[in-house]
Amino acid sequence: MSDLTRLSAVEIAGLVASGETSAVEVTRAHLDRIGDVDDRVHAFLHVDTEGALAAARAVDERRAAGAELGPLAGVPVAVKDVLTTKGVPTTVGSKILEGWRPPYDSTIVERLRDAGTVMLGKTNMDEFAMGSSTEYSAYGPTRNPWDTDRIPGGSGGGSAAALAAYEAPLSIGSDTGGSIRQPGAVTGTVGAKPTYGGTSRYGLVAFSSSLDTPGPCARTVLDAALLHQVIGGHDPRDSTSIPVPVPDVVAAARLGATGDLTGVKLGVVTEFTGEGAEPGVMAAFRDAAEALAKLGAEIVEVSCPHFSYALPAYYLIAPSECSSNLARFDGVRFGLRVGDDGNRSLEEVMSLTREAGFGPEVKRRIMIGTYALSSGYYDAYYGQAQKVRTLITRDFTSAFEQVDALISPTTPFVAFPIGSRTADPYQMYLADLFTIPANLYGGPAISVPCGLSDGLPVGFQIMAPTLADDRMYRVAAALEGAVGTLTPPTL
Amino acid sequence: MAAISREEVAHLARLSRLAVTEEELDTFAGQLGVILQSVAQVGEVAAADIPPTSHSVPLTNVLREDVVRPGLTPQEALSGAPDAEEQRFRVPRILDEDVAS
Repeated sequence: MSDLTRLSAVEIAGLVASGETSAVEVTRAHLDRIGDVDDRVHAFLHVDTEGALAAARAVDERRAAGAELGPLAGVPVAVKDVLTTKGVPTTVGSKILEGWRPPYDSTIVERLRDAGTVMLGKTNMDEFAMGSSTEYSAYGPTRNPWDTDRIPGGSGGGSAAALAAYEAPLSIGSDTGGSIRQPGAVTGTVGAKPTYGGTSRYGLVAFSSSLDTPGPCARTVLDAALLHQVIGGHDPRDSTSIPVPVPDVVAAARLGATGDLTGVKLGVVTEFTGEGAEPGVMAAFRDAAEALAKLGAEIVEVSCPHFSYALPAYYLIAPSECSSNLARFDGVRFGLRVGDDGNRSLEEVMSLTREAGFGPEVKRRIMIGTYALSSGYYDAYYGQAQKVRTLITRDFTSAFEQVDALISPTTPFVAFPIGSRTADPYQMYLADLFTIPANLYGGPAISVPCGLSDGLPVGFQIMAPTLADDRMYRVAAALEGAVGTLTPPTL
Repeated sequence: MAAISREEVAHLARLSRLAVTEEELDTFAGQLGVILQSVAQVGEVAAADIPPTSHSVPLTNVLREDVVRPGLTPQEALSGAPDAEEQRFRVPRILDEDVAS
């Protein structure tokens, strides 16, 4: 393996800027690595070899011309297949968009290009970002580089596995109920969900519009912060984008790395330390919390009584929004069309197209959402879930009057074996137990590796108030300094 | 909350424009029943006086300047269409023939 694939994004950018290596060399090293290991990992749905090399050459030319390069120029990045890429296939892990080449770029992808990063390709995901294991991808599961018989988390399993397999130093995910943080946790990598509205949804294929949040994935906290800075900030093309600057997450990560948390007060979520999590996960979490205390943080317990209802509320709200959002996949404007033999009506063709194009989990969620929104059930299901969302938000608000950030394990359990939870959909949903509250509230949250349980990575979650993304990076970087990063076994 | 019947699943599938198979009706009836029973837990929360939250960002009436910006060409907009004709998306018949004629 080339050494270049083992470097952090910061190190790669430094070498490219100083001319010690070229962006083309860095890109070739990562493309070679993908060629060597991706048949075993299946992190990528599409590798854009030519596009990546062209982008890398452009960076090298700009450097040769004396142009100033950004902090991530020449660094390869893998992009979750939920974001549109002009002329490059975008499937959302679904058969219904197989072969679709979007006519426009998402804002995130545009900003990545403007920053001089090199997009390697599109990563595998649960279909329409619905799932916690990447097993619901229509193109086959991604495998966890720590143990290829286990899941890499989901829905962004491809983006996380690409990092752990050293196929890319940076990747982009999207987090609706934990799809960045849970894959980060089970692959021993860093995944951050920014404040909702802090990153643009323009060009993000919509699943649940009030929750969907694109964000950065990396192997180190500082790399994640640099990527966050590049992709974040107001976008006039997204009406829910918050018109304020991104907090200085890079400075916060650097501050955290000094290892001093004096004056920082952290709250352990009482409701998430009970019997919901595996003992090995809780042990790693407790040890990490102790490490933070040694750095000067004050650790207290905080009760958030409504967090226990976050999971059921989410599995009403997200399916309801999805049942409406996915109505656009009707076989008319893009993607698959099935059964158009000249005799069938539009409605019949739509129904056959959606039946053939959607996988079982997507169908389940569309039907659950349709049920929850129907007259007669609306008040008891969707309406009640929205009220619970208010109560969860109030739990956060009152917690942040007592502490600077909340902490918990990211997931209740380590990476589970492929196939072990697909028979019972609700068992799969439990993977999101600890990540969902932050989505319903809208505040930022990050998962950072904190140790191993039975040889598999455990994630530590830090949740901060809305727009205080910098605060979670500070704590995350301090934790990373104290417990170190995790190195997966050689594939 | 009660389990969900095969007929109810068939109704939901129709509303959702999903031409599900007979076999799927059986599978989904069981699975949707389990999911709905679990999510019905939200009903345990006393929330009668609580206002609903539809969105975490309280932005309203977000407008931009009304200026001309570049958009997609008709060719680009139609590039992913399963069927197109004369710069339009071509769809299967919507009206019955005798009505259309």
